[in-house]
Amino acid sequence: MQETQIKPAENLAQTAAPARSRKFLIKLLIDLALIGVGIAAYFIFPDNLGFITRILIMIILVLSLDLVLGYAGVATLGHAALFGAGAYGAGLFAVYFSADPLLGLLVGAIVGAIIAFISGLFLMRAHGLTLLMLTIAVAQILQEIINKERAITGGSDGLLGIDMDPIFGIYAFDFFGKTGYLYALTVLVIVFFALKILVASPFGAMAKGIHESAPRMRAIGTPVYWRLVGIYTISGFIAGIAGAVSAQVTELVSLEAFGFALSAEAMVMLILGGLGRLYGAIIGTVIFMVVHHTAASIDPFNWLFVIGTMVLIVVYFVPEGFMGLPVKLRRWLRWQK
Amino acid sequence: MSVGMNVGMEVKNLQMHFGGIVVADDINLTLKPGDRKALIGPNGAGKTTFANLLTGNLTPTGGSIHLDGQNIAHLRESQRVKAGVAKTFQITTLFKKMSVRENIRLPILERTGLGTKMFKKAEAYPEVEAEVEQMMTQFNLRAHADIEVHELAYGQQRLVELALTLALKPRILILDEPSAGVAASDSHMITDAIERLPKDLSVLIIEHDMKLVFKVANKIIVLVNGAILCEGTPAEIGKNQQVRDLYLGARHDT
Repeated sequence: MQETQIKPAENLAQTAAPARSRKFLIKLLIDLALIGVGIAAYFIFPDNLGFITRILIMIILVLSLDLVLGYAGVATLGHAALFGAGAYGAGLFAVYFSADPLLGLLVGAIVGAIIAFISGLFLMRAHGLTLLMLTIAVAQILQEIINKERAITGGSDGLLGIDMDPIFGIYAFDFFGKTGYLYALTVLVIVFFALKILVASPFGAMAKGIHESAPRMRAIGTPVYWRLVGIYTISGFIAGIAGAVSAQVTELVSLEAFGFALSAEAMVMLILGGLGRLYGAIIGTVIFMVVHHTAASIDPFNWLFVIGTMVLIVVYFVPEGFMGLPVKLRRWLRWQK
Repeated sequence: MSVGMNVGMEVKNLQMHFGGIVVADDINLTLKPGDRKALIGPNGAGKTTFANLLTGNLTPTGGSIHLDGQNIAHLRESQRVKAGVAKTFQITTLFKKMSVRENIRLPILERTGLGTKMFKKAEAYPEVEAEVEQMMTQFNLRAHADIEVHELAYGQQRLVELALTLALKPRILILDEPSAGVAASDSHMITDAIERLPKDLSVLIIEHDMKLVFKVANKIIVLVNGAILCEGTPAEIGKNQQVRDLYLGARHDT
């Protein structure tokens, strides 16, 4: 009722603000709803917590990939290198030093970041196919190092003997995975909001700029290479978190953590959901893993066929991924009229 | 040359060769504040190579580039931008899927050292936003502020490029064929924008469009086979028989 009394000139200047805050409110509601879904799943699927926890961990990994591939436009097929680094970092730390989960989480994240920084120093100089090959190579080299050092890492048998302490000394990891689920959910929520802030920041805008045109970024004085190394390092930190949570919740790390399949699946999930949007990482991972899970339980031999078909359809009809669907639908409906 | 503020750019004996092929042969050039020099020459004369040598996209194999008394020949492109050398591209190179506002915001964030800030929103810096608004006003782009640049006409994209380059507050501006690809009906926009550039800015224009060159340049340099053939005022160059034969011939023959 007060708005009506504002003079036209002031009114004009202030119309932008309410529209922006309404948009902000809608986004906040969506985020809260997503967290609500996460909490609801805990009560609705008490027998499937292990599987849903795997989804949550995968979302963290795919979010970290979105930062590199979706925002900065750097194609990598070796993101498992960073996941594996975090998983073995946290796992080995738990076995040999301290079984405190939060300390282990930090260690996993830092190991992921260090590996990303070191490999990023030469990866970020490469482009295209060369880059893809090199990213695969980094993951394979790390996998082989862990495999050879079996006295410490357990080699191909996997790293056994992880026995996590309770979180804060109170919440023990239970057999049904209840604590593990809530732990993973909490970590995911924190990572998600941290990434939301990051991609909206000047640093995030620069990443998008590099994606759009690296030559132009150089021409405005941006040290593109070092920015990319920075982005890759942050991504490694988050992928390391994903690996660490995985190691802690399952209390097992295997060489598969460095596997090519994991890198490739993460990329497919991201493309399914939509690049460069964060929400795409969530929706793509959920759809991929649920379809995978369902198809594999119906037909354990041919489930890949279902996944393959789904990817084909999405890439062909909605190249922007599931996140592009609303826009596509709206355009289609308008066209029908 | 004395070391001091704002004496412009001095290029001395600049050399560049790719193996045995010489693309810049002993080039000497000065750009003083306020200069409007045009670099012309036939295709393949090495104009764009020379521009790339100045911006740091290529590193010269010999010679020096002094900016206000400091040799910048060994600096990387991003460092030269920070030293004050900026350029526009022959083919517009913009952030196509970003709005005009976002395009202009990036160089300002970078110049002011805010490019690595991670915790505040990119649009949350009032002094940066004020400058974005001012640049958009200066280049008549306010009406298109929130339109993605790939939706703009090419001439307007050129203006966005000029705006985001000037947002770097350069002292040396290199315009690589600013009117290339712009519709004839829009070329006046480019000419106007160049004429309204800050007075103390040194500008080097690489251009094929002689109308534009003769309109905005006060000195013309003719480059042939990587070497400077001659330098002079537009009137002198217009009369120079060598230049007419080599380059302007077809157009200026009576």
